[in-house]
Amino acid sequence: MKKIAMNGDQAIALSWKQVDPDVVASYPITPQTIIVETFSEYVADGLVNTEYVCAESEHSAMSICIGASASGARTATATASAGLAFMWEVLYVASGMRLPIVMVVANRALSGPINIHCDHSDAMGARDSGWIQLFGENVQEAYDNSLMAFRVAEHMDIRMPMMTCLDGFIVTHSLERFEPLPDDVVKSFVGPFKYRHSLLDHKNPITMGPFDWTDYYFEHKYQQVEAMKRVTPVVNSVAKDFAKISGRDYQIIEPYKLEDADYAVLAMGSTAGTLKEMVDELRAEGKKVGSIKLRLFRPFPSAELAKMVEGLKGVAIMDRAVSIGAEGPIFPEARSALYDDKQRPRLINYVYGLGGRDIRPEELKHVFNQLIHNEGDTVNYLGVRK
Amino acid sequence: MSATTNLKVLSLRDDRYVEGHRLCAGCAEPIIARQVLMATDKPVVVSNATGCFEVSSSIYPFTSWNVPWIHSAFENAPATIAGVEAAYLALKRKGLIKDEMRFIAFGGDGASYDIGIQSLSGAIERGHHFLYVCLNNEAYMNTGIQRSGATSRGAQTTTCPAGTCVPGKKEFPKNLTKIIIAHDLPYAAQASPHNFKDLIEKSAKGLEANGPSFLNVIAPCPRGWRFDSAKTIEMSKLAVDTCIWPLYEFELGEWRLTADSKRIAEGSKKKLPISEWLKSQGRFSHLSNEKWAYVADEIQANVDKQWKELLRLCKT
Repeated sequence: MKKIAMNGDQAIALSWKQVDPDVVASYPITPQTIIVETFSEYVADGLVNTEYVCAESEHSAMSICIGASASGARTATATASAGLAFMWEVLYVASGMRLPIVMVVANRALSGPINIHCDHSDAMGARDSGWIQLFGENVQEAYDNSLMAFRVAEHMDIRMPMMTCLDGFIVTHSLERFEPLPDDVVKSFVGPFKYRHSLLDHKNPITMGPFDWTDYYFEHKYQQVEAMKRVTPVVNSVAKDFAKISGRDYQIIEPYKLEDADYAVLAMGSTAGTLKEMVDELRAEGKKVGSIKLRLFRPFPSAELAKMVEGLKGVAIMDRAVSIGAEGPIFPEARSALYDDKQRPRLINYVYGLGGRDIRPEELKHVFNQLIHNEGDTVNYLGVRK
Repeated sequence: MSATTNLKVLSLRDDRYVEGHRLCAGCAEPIIARQVLMATDKPVVVSNATGCFEVSSSIYPFTSWNVPWIHSAFENAPATIAGVEAAYLALKRKGLIKDEMRFIAFGGDGASYDIGIQSLSGAIERGHHFLYVCLNNEAYMNTGIQRSGATSRGAQTTTCPAGTCVPGKKEFPKNLTKIIIAHDLPYAAQASPHNFKDLIEKSAKGLEANGPSFLNVIAPCPRGWRFDSAKTIEMSKLAVDTCIWPLYEFELGEWRLTADSKRIAEGSKKKLPISEWLKSQGRFSHLSNEKWAYVADEIQANVDKQWKELLRLCKT
């Protein structure tokens, strides 16, 4: 299909228009607002059949999604930053009830101080909530991830809520050319919504969200742990189906020029794109470097990462968030993934870009050079005035 | 639908909330819920806020619910039922659901007056078609009797105990029913389980209203209020007879006193002094101390003021 120019938020809204969810409940928050504004226009013009609910808060938006999804409706929402933080309590309710809600997160820093620009601390705060988390690099990926999310979350083997993340402003507000799919192709890719139980099936009444004592809570949590293990194959098979209709092939973790590389830098989101440019430049200088784009953060692809970095001498993990008192959130997971590998490369961490601080090409080049010269601390703060 | 309050008819309806729940002896909540659920023969979906009523009726793997039921969290029962209603509208429009259904949310006074007032206000403002029922036992009873925005002035709770310097709760409760009526919704009312006819009629009106509706129901709590668990209904009647809990409704812009309260206003029934109410419950026992006599006077003055204002609104 013809390429068109849209920003990331508009592309998400377009994906929703094509999917035409039964219920969308949301609350505006920068930098996600364009999604709900654009979708509102589709509703106002009768271009979708969705029951669209403008909630009075993100907590209610997610609560409405929970009620709708539990009633057998295909359900979507979007948020960012403080909005996701405000949802925190009910994120666990959605995943605990195994509701396949799809949510777009326009990654933005958390207050305080208040800041509207990109970092990943919002999504990282939800990493333990039982949601699948997929990150996109650019507008095309944001659109594609949004479509694939419905298939993944709703897959009968897992039934789990899923958030697809895109970098606030950098992707949400940047106009990019991308290739949407035709409406009918999206329709048949996503297919009709299926459910096992619905609150509206009054002839078979079900009690949802009951009270667990010490005798059952652990088992129900363990079921989520087990279900999360089944997610990666589903993400892969959905990506395979998506490649057939789009020609775009996605992996949960993607290598760039790693074959003969000695050093690599790993990042999530838009920085992964900048990294590829840097790899090309450094390769032109004769340096054996590559990069890694981490797309799936939950479940964390430990085995895939360990395999990918096998034989490398050094890897830098770029974290656009920080766990104050520890390190960036990806870093300990990556280290843990490599712990059993005797040949593991040196692994160092760069916390960068908090509150939308630009990550410049020369800074990334500096990271590569530190790796190459065996410099840098275990945890480094890049681009901050100390 | 005209609500039937004929006992023979009501007794033939399927029980929607059944035995096996673990609420305390003398709890008003199951009495109220069963009356509300009797008010329609249409299929219903229930959303329940965290609280006594929720934890006692859904201890996994058991349930007392014979109708589809969902509990999400403490403060979001209105948003949750709004989501159910949104799904219903969407799926009905697509022809995937044919039946006429009704939607009910239950929450305690903590869920309704305090932590969930935003969710409740938002759902009413958006016009979702549902009945919200506040089971008002005037404190956080599930967690062991802590004060709420519904707790009466002078009542002692574990977070506003009666000490040597402070006579229990210092503040009067907020008037949630009036706050809800300020949304200008199609139907809102106060009710009491001692008058099942009035409560069922109000429930039916709420369920058949063209939009959101609200019922605030007094739910005497033997544990929290400190009275004999055999006297729950007597206690709810006393609340009405002293006018601290008047029965009235707001229907399409009209205020109207109902049942016992209407009779008090018309003079055919006696308005009892608040001292009858205060001496009936252990939560007010400290007020018999001479030192706190003024608190009882202030409560009586406030009841009189509120009652007079209600008479004005009801044009009585």
